[in-house]
Amino acid sequence: MTEVAGEVSTEGLVLQRLREQCGDALLDVKVWRHETTILVAPHDLLRVCKYLRDEREIAFDFLSSVVGVDRLTLPDSSPRFEVVYHLYSIQYKRRLRLKVRVHEGEAVPSVTAVWESANWHEREVFDLFGVVFQDHPDLRRILMPEDWEGHPLRKDYPVEASPKWWEEEPA
Amino acid sequence: MTTARTMTLNMGPQHPSTHGVLRLVLELDGEVVVRCEPHIGYLHTGIEKGLESKRYQQGIPLTDRLDYLAPLSNNLAYVLAIEKALGIEVPERAQTIRVLLTELTRIKSHLVWLGTHAMDIGAMSVFLYCFREREQILDMYEAVSGQRLMSSYFRVGGVVADLPPGFEAQVQAFLATFPSRLEEYEALLTQNPLWRQRTVGIGTIRAADAIALGVSGPALRACGVAYDVRRANPYSGYERYQFDVPIGKVGDVYERYTIRIAEMRQSRLIAGQALQRLQPGPINVADPKLIPPPKALLKTSMEALIHHFKLYSEGFSVPAGEVYQAVEAPKGELGVYLVSDGGNRPYRVHYRAPSFANLQALPRMVEGRLVADVIAVIGSLDIVLGEIDR
Repeated sequence: MTEVAGEVSTEGLVLQRLREQCGDALLDVKVWRHETTILVAPHDLLRVCKYLRDEREIAFDFLSSVVGVDRLTLPDSSPRFEVVYHLYSIQYKRRLRLKVRVHEGEAVPSVTAVWESANWHEREVFDLFGVVFQDHPDLRRILMPEDWEGHPLRKDYPVEASPKWWEEEPA
Repeated sequence: MTTARTMTLNMGPQHPSTHGVLRLVLELDGEVVVRCEPHIGYLHTGIEKGLESKRYQQGIPLTDRLDYLAPLSNNLAYVLAIEKALGIEVPERAQTIRVLLTELTRIKSHLVWLGTHAMDIGAMSVFLYCFREREQILDMYEAVSGQRLMSSYFRVGGVVADLPPGFEAQVQAFLATFPSRLEEYEALLTQNPLWRQRTVGIGTIRAADAIALGVSGPALRACGVAYDVRRANPYSGYERYQFDVPIGKVGDVYERYTIRIAEMRQSRLIAGQALQRLQPGPINVADPKLIPPPKALLKTSMEALIHHFKLYSEGFSVPAGEVYQAVEAPKGELGVYLVSDGGNRPYRVHYRAPSFANLQALPRMVEGRLVADVIAVIGSLDIVLGEIDR
């Protein structure tokens, strides 16, 4: 489809460079619908991110978004949480998806030192999923009230009522 | 945080110039802003959670409510993401209709921005002029979908209905008069010394900072970075249209103004090209699993009846996987990240809202400046809290 044809494939150069420089960090590489997804371990995240931003032939200078996914009801649900980074290179017009997976309570290194824009995005993931970001400068809730209990985008969080109303409902 | 020298001031969440329910905690030293801390979330409605419990087609009306000034851009990103995951491409006519309507949406969104931005700064009459033209675009929304604001006109696989008779003439008439309307706005503002005093050199940000902070859209282009998703990663056939990507130099409030005015001219040109490209043809993909059969067929064809029943009771399934689809919304890069587990409802939908990222750059633009400039800078960012808080 034209929507896909316009996007420059990231497979060639980026993957080749990544394999040379951080080959040990790549746990999994998937290409689906012309989009490349790379899975790395949390302790390798910062190293890979810095490389992707600073390597001049790749230059992923723009962080589009940081997204949380609760994998609780997927067939392979461990580790439970996935944090997904959408990178973009303004110069080369390429996109790349980078992921880490963590268990409940396990921290993800914050990428705010690499891309400043990660600040609010990581706060959102913390707020809605309860994933903690290590070395984040200001890790507070952002969308929900400060005294809110629970993390609404988790799969075991009810859709239609807050937990308090849920418990008060007669059996 | 308040010291003997400084004072803390809450601007919002019910302040008329914060464009919705934005709250800024300002630390002031006299009239100078020492620190600015945005507080968001007052309009959080759980749209992303809601989308997870709705079948793919049912989610479209929810997306209208994100950036409620540009509902069709939100629709477009959502349906394109689903179409990418399904691996389908909509027919030429549907693509052209989508381009035509989203460019009109850009003009409509920019008109609300211009009217309210000018009113914030004190130029009251511009608002009335802008809303006069916006009304004509709302009439077009009504003509195609029956709805003036939350039109939900786009569908997975195409659009909900073909353009009504006389629609092309209606758009043509609007496009013919619009340049003279733009000149009216510009006559009121562009060379106006008061307007220039309030906007030139105010709220500047360097290109490198803007990129690091994830700023996109007219606010990024004002810094001289020519990043426009329509040009960089074309979708819906944008590579076939001739248009310029206006860019600025210093990235101040004034340049964000001139760039959006220039963008309205470009959108008018694109819409004109789309009208010329409109050829008769199907407006939906030929897949009965995605598109309901014609009403008349239901009475004669058992198969059509089954497809109709399945579509409305069960919906359709999307292969397991994940996609990211970005479109150039009036405010910047609007990206939908869609995760499918193979079922008939999205497993996870995330909206990368351009206003969310752009607002994060606000403190950088106002700290060290006068408190009165905060109003001008917020207006120049063109934020919509509906998509920030989701």
